Amino acid sequence: MNAKTLLKKYTMVIALVVVFILFAILTGGRLLYPQNMSNLLLQNAYVLVMACGMLLCILTGGNIDLSVGSTVCLVGAVAAQLLAAGLPAIPVILLGLVIACVIGVWQGFWIGNIHIPPFICTLSGMFLFRGLGRAILGSKTVSINNQTFLNIFASYINIPGVDSGDVKWSAFAVGIIVAVGLLIFTAMNRAKKAAKGYKQASAVSEFAKIIVIDALVLAYTWKLAHYKGIPVMALWVLAVVFIYAFITSKTAFGRYFYAVGGNEKATKLSGIDTEKVYFMAYLSMSILAGLSGLLMAARIGSVNGDTGTSFEMDAIGSCFIGGASAYGGSGTVGGIMVGAILLGVINQGMSIIGLDNNWQYVVKGAVLLVAVIFDVVSNHKTGKAG
Amino acid sequence: MADHILVMKNITKEFPGVKALDNVNLEVERGEIHALVGENGAGKSTLMNVLSGTYPYGTYTGDIIYNGEECQFKTLRDSEEKGIVIIHQELALIPELSIGENMFLGNERKGRFGIDWDRTYHEAEEHMKQVGLKDEATTLIKDIGTGKQQLVEIAKALSKNVKLLILDEPTSSLNEEDSRMLLNLLLDFKKQGMTSIIISHKLNEIAYVADKITVLRDGATIETIDNANRDIDEDRIIQGMVGRELSDRYPAREHHVSDEIGMEVRNWTVYHPIYTEKKVVNNISFNVHKGEIVGFSGLQGAGRTELAMSIFGKSYGTNISGTLIIDGKECDLKNARGAIEAGLAYVTEDRKGNGLVLAETIAINNTMARLEKVCNRGVIDVDQENAVAEDYKEKLRTKTPTVQQSVGNLSGGNQQKVLLSKWMFADPEVLILDEPTRGIDVGAKYEIYCIMNDLVAQGKSVVMISSEMPELLGMCDRIYVMNEGNLVAEMPASEATQEKIMAAILKSDKK
Repeated sequence: MNAKTLLKKYTMVIALVVVFILFAILTGGRLLYPQNMSNLLLQNAYVLVMACGMLLCILTGGNIDLSVGSTVCLVGAVAAQLLAAGLPAIPVILLGLVIACVIGVWQGFWIGNIHIPPFICTLSGMFLFRGLGRAILGSKTVSINNQTFLNIFASYINIPGVDSGDVKWSAFAVGIIVAVGLLIFTAMNRAKKAAKGYKQASAVSEFAKIIVIDALVLAYTWKLAHYKGIPVMALWVLAVVFIYAFITSKTAFGRYFYAVGGNEKATKLSGIDTEKVYFMAYLSMSILAGLSGLLMAARIGSVNGDTGTSFEMDAIGSCFIGGASAYGGSGTVGGIMVGAILLGVINQGMSIIGLDNNWQYVVKGAVLLVAVIFDVVSNHKTGKAG
Repeated sequence: MADHILVMKNITKEFPGVKALDNVNLEVERGEIHALVGENGAGKSTLMNVLSGTYPYGTYTGDIIYNGEECQFKTLRDSEEKGIVIIHQELALIPELSIGENMFLGNERKGRFGIDWDRTYHEAEEHMKQVGLKDEATTLIKDIGTGKQQLVEIAKALSKNVKLLILDEPTSSLNEEDSRMLLNLLLDFKKQGMTSIIISHKLNEIAYVADKITVLRDGATIETIDNANRDIDEDRIIQGMVGRELSDRYPAREHHVSDEIGMEVRNWTVYHPIYTEKKVVNNISFNVHKGEIVGFSGLQGAGRTELAMSIFGKSYGTNISGTLIIDGKECDLKNARGAIEAGLAYVTEDRKGNGLVLAETIAINNTMARLEKVCNRGVIDVDQENAVAEDYKEKLRTKTPTVQQSVGNLSGGNQQKVLLSKWMFADPEVLILDEPTRGIDVGAKYEIYCIMNDLVAQGKSVVMISSEMPELLGMCDRIYVMNEGNLVAEMPASEATQEKIMAAILKSDKK
């Protein structure tokens, strides 16, 4: 791989590094404070979770789901009201996810089976669920005091003894375990491939990549250890990201999303149920939106009629910045995570500097446009459309 | 000295890493029909794109002398102003607009306020008359057949005051009747003094219309052959194109047709999916034995593709009735999945639209119809998938550096091989091949024929739909003839001739 292709493959990663360093300098190092690093993840948890679901929708052909912000509000509202009424946390969480499922089936059915254009169907959902959510809240802000609920989503891992001091050693220990685990996994994978005689990438490049990732994991957990330790929310996010990364890259089910986006007619004639692919994309999206609703409710500690406003745009923006094609058929979970974190760093950096909220929108808009222009132009150059 | 309307001298055009044209020379006399032949990738289309300004002046070297003056076209518009019009293989008409609107698209007939519709449609119909098109100019493009659409393209060229008409594979999607009509039209235009350049793979058509034939191979001119007396030797052209002698255009095969029937269809009737009262396939019964290649001949629109797709898991049409028996078992296939599981494969005629995911790799396309074969509990074994693709690449001799190549980057012939690989990997008992050699060059055709022979040698059944009669006669054991949704004849290939097939079609028309 020469420098040019390397640059092209990792453009967004490089952009992320540049933006990160830029804001680290502009904020006079404040971006790197443990508290800010921890918040970077917590404040963007909902984006990371929903971007995974949005990726599946976008893969099917650049289709988006506009209703997710409203779903966040509706599920959050139901959870908050039920908790306020005294129901225990676990049933409320399950019920919240069931409602998200129902929303997903509703939209998936219209889009997948009846072929309603997704834009219109989810636009309608955006109004429907926002309205329902507000009605349930009775136009009030409902606060959440159920400690179990808050613990499940918004607490920190705290092992008595280990984490009693100023430094939460459990966080760094996890970092070390993950780093070593990744190294062993890579080595084993290579050994397996070598045994079967398959082609593989050069050892230097593959291990270099792992070592960079390991260094980031260690650095980040080191930061977390110096704040409050590992947030539970991080575990939720990681679980979703890993599941979706696995589905999209390793399973037949995930492959179908790419196939439908690439050529729907050919996919159908290959014996793949394309209606089901659409259905599942919107079902999974709504479930993740529901989960985000619960995460948001717990993090803020209350729900009101504006909870989740314009969340859909953050999720969609992350996908496109992260290299998902606006025409469908291409994009990876890894890519959109980079996109989401890039957006997050820009948000957080601008907030720390104290940049006016209005200007933050301008910057976000510009970043999105530049990313998509880059995607379209570079794809064209490689002859995809030519 | 001959009057040359066009002289292209020492044209060289390079793409990154490839020399697409290497010192190509082309001389076209005024008022002649000049054919350009060559395998896919020989540089025919590139040469025409250089001429039309699609590749602007400066991106190539060499001289273009048109009507005695040197030309430096920077855009398509520059060349059109001089009367050079190119009609591409894939038609550039907008289905939802009318014939008249399409004809003057980008060249609108303006009145004082906006478009002058009366003039638009009046002029459109004038030009349509010249090409023998009798429809209304307000008819939408989507409502007329491909044959007529091709005529609209030519009428559009006439509206631009064309002096030199370039046609890239004009008959590739037309049936024999429409093709013949188009060629005769070109001959008429020639009498009126128009010059044409025609790119085609169909040698019989070229022999019929062309005055001179220039053969290109690997970006270089091989020779220009005179055909003024219509006495051209097809074998000589083929030899020039492929650079070797093709002793036989169809590979020899030992015929081992088994008595066992691979697939039988009885009383199959299909209605149009939108105009549901229209019968597209009318009460058809046929069978194919194991180890047999059965051909389906007929004109475009005879209902062959519709028959095949409706059999393949009801992928076309509504209100389908009839009995389908595969390997002795009666099947009721609900969708493509069911058809694949029953041992059926349908290799589409439209490989870009219905067959392949162009942006994905060869490996991914290769396994798409039976992904579960390289899966373990829903998890894809990517290494095994690549190994499978490598295997087929070797077996079918697909020309590509790696199976990680996007299918969209391959030539037509190699795309067809990937499509065949995909369906061979699905391991069917009965393969339906719809126009398997459309738009691919002579060498690749031969290889595809060999693959078909291998398949029947393994005892599989092959149904081959083709609009090229010589191909059916050369490859099949038995030939069915369809016309307007009906089965009108069945004959052993040994007794069949092109005349007999045409006669069957024409006789059924009279009824």
